[in-house]
Amino acid sequence: MIPAGTAREHGLTKPSPATDGPPLRIDGLVVDLPGPRGTRVRVVDGVSFDVPRATTVGLIGESGSGKTMTAQAILGLPPEGATLSGRLLWHGEDLIAADPPRRRAVRGREIAMIFQDPLAALNPTQRIGRQVGEIPRRDRLPRAEVSRRVVELLDRAGVPEPKRRMRAYPHELSGGLRQRAMIAVALAGKPSLLLADEPTTALDVTVQSRILRLLADIQETEGLSMLLVSHDLRVVSHVAERVVVMYAGRVCERGPARDVLRRPAHPYTAALVRSVPAVRTRTALADPLPGAPATPANRPAGCAFHPRCPLARARCRGEVPAVREVAPGRWSACHFAQEVLGP
Amino acid sequence: MIRMIVQRLLIGVFVMWGAASLIFLIVRAAPGDPATVLLGPDADRGRIDELRATLGLDRSLGAQYLSYLGDVSRLDFGESHRLGRPAMDAVLDRLPATIDLTLTATAIAVIVGLTLGLLAGGRPGGPLDRVVSACTIALQSFPTFWIGIMLVLVFALGLRLLPSSGVGTPQHLVLPAVTLSFPFIAIIARLTRTSIAETMREGYVRTARSKGLTERQVLVGHALRNSLIPVVTVVGVQVGALVGGAVIVENVFAWPGLGSLVVDAVANRDYAVVQGVTLLIAGIVVVLNLMADLLIAQLDPRIRTGAV
Repeated sequence: MIPAGTAREHGLTKPSPATDGPPLRIDGLVVDLPGPRGTRVRVVDGVSFDVPRATTVGLIGESGSGKTMTAQAILGLPPEGATLSGRLLWHGEDLIAADPPRRRAVRGREIAMIFQDPLAALNPTQRIGRQVGEIPRRDRLPRAEVSRRVVELLDRAGVPEPKRRMRAYPHELSGGLRQRAMIAVALAGKPSLLLADEPTTALDVTVQSRILRLLADIQETEGLSMLLVSHDLRVVSHVAERVVVMYAGRVCERGPARDVLRRPAHPYTAALVRSVPAVRTRTALADPLPGAPATPANRPAGCAFHPRCPLARARCRGEVPAVREVAPGRWSACHFAQEVLGP
Repeated sequence: MIRMIVQRLLIGVFVMWGAASLIFLIVRAAPGDPATVLLGPDADRGRIDELRATLGLDRSLGAQYLSYLGDVSRLDFGESHRLGRPAMDAVLDRLPATIDLTLTATAIAVIVGLTLGLLAGGRPGGPLDRVVSACTIALQSFPTFWIGIMLVLVFALGLRLLPSSGVGTPQHLVLPAVTLSFPFIAIIARLTRTSIAETMREGYVRTARSKGLTERQVLVGHALRNSLIPVVTVVGVQVGALVGGAVIVENVFAWPGLGSLVVDAVANRDYAVVQGVTLLIAGIVVVLNLMADLLIAQLDPRIRTGAV
């Protein structure tokens, strides 16, 4: 048993902002899950990317691409039976090698997560205020101070009338307010990295953009780093400065958001961009991606995307492409990235 | 909330009516009637008919039923012809002993059952879970009377720690209460285990973990209350069944409660006492279920505010 004070002490010694390099560097992350009949399924296969300071990184992929699993691995809460390897360097410290108490100390206080479905993610039997104030309360702050913090956090998350709403139960709030409460929960430990896993997917369309704007605003004013996990290219393109595109557990492409979405260096990214209907221009219907997405359980040999790729040739079927720098700041895992990029 | 209570009470009245009617039919369906039992097999026909008329048993079943319902609705539960006193008086005399026994057994079962369920459910599939599962299956499989006799053999006759039967001191309560609690412990432990294990997979438990809480803080602070909701429902229903189970245990330990009274009454076709005991137990079950519902509303704000 760990002494009760340990976690708190860890939480207070936040890494100094003077550390060089990105706060989070993911280096060859591998996540294996137990599959049927004792097999292991590699759901994340050698993923590497950085989350720089005070920057939003969008992590894009279809379901089964391993994007959520990557976020859960960073938080240190992968599904039961998962094994992690590679390195998750948090201010230079490898979190995969860290012991459970250290992992807990980072969780919530340095790295926090916003979940997809706020109704499921909030405790139905506890008032919002109690859930938002849990970390300050466990820090033994005086009650008045805890409730002042709760009001402040709810207000920061854009919950109107926070003094009244902190008394409400989750089911008494609208979906948008619930997600705002969830954001307040995530901010309560004063994290420096926010993981947002499809934060708007469960919400009404009209509420989605407001929540996105709130997240972008909080990220900017608090100087947070944010990893925004989404299947929705438009969501990511609105807020992220950098993007990482994943397919079947591997990174296809990463780079500055504008460049990647304007001039993809991987056929999968290009196909994704084409599949998004352009709302304003009223041009032809979007081009859906041909074929079904590969799943980690039966990942094609070579480049996992080759069965759906218009450029696929013999080399793609036999050789797994490495992620390499194909233009300044642009990384792609396509053997023929230059061809995709064009002149 | 008030609507719910009124609704449950109305349902309760229906349940009582159903119980009253069923037991009325069952006692009369049993072969033999009070007159033949009282006067013995050799009594002559005329005297039996005379007694039947005094007891009102010569009337049609329908007429008996209607006057019975009328009496019961005025809280008149009839005379025990055997004991020569109002049936409910005899029943209420025995009630405290049964309440002592069932409440003690319930307390033991809730404390031990919840603890075992928590230990097992905190880590499903772990070594503790396996041990607890094996124990609960054993507890549930052995019949109550056998457990009672084994406990008497070990603790009363073997170790001479506790009295084997009768009443008087708190020590007298131990063996019957423990015996009665065993199957109930198993039910509560298994249910708590399943409920906790399920709750620990909920989204809000993941949120609690994402706050950097220890597993114990997550369990106590977030999972426990929510996983108790199904347990409370079942405990409410099962305490009623426990009163029924008490009948057997009371006979094993010569405990002077409702159990021994009702066995005696059934053997002697003492209709009024059998009906009185049944109605009392039915009433207790109705009240306990209402209390369980109120407690659940207290545990789950969604029910309190009528959202579910």
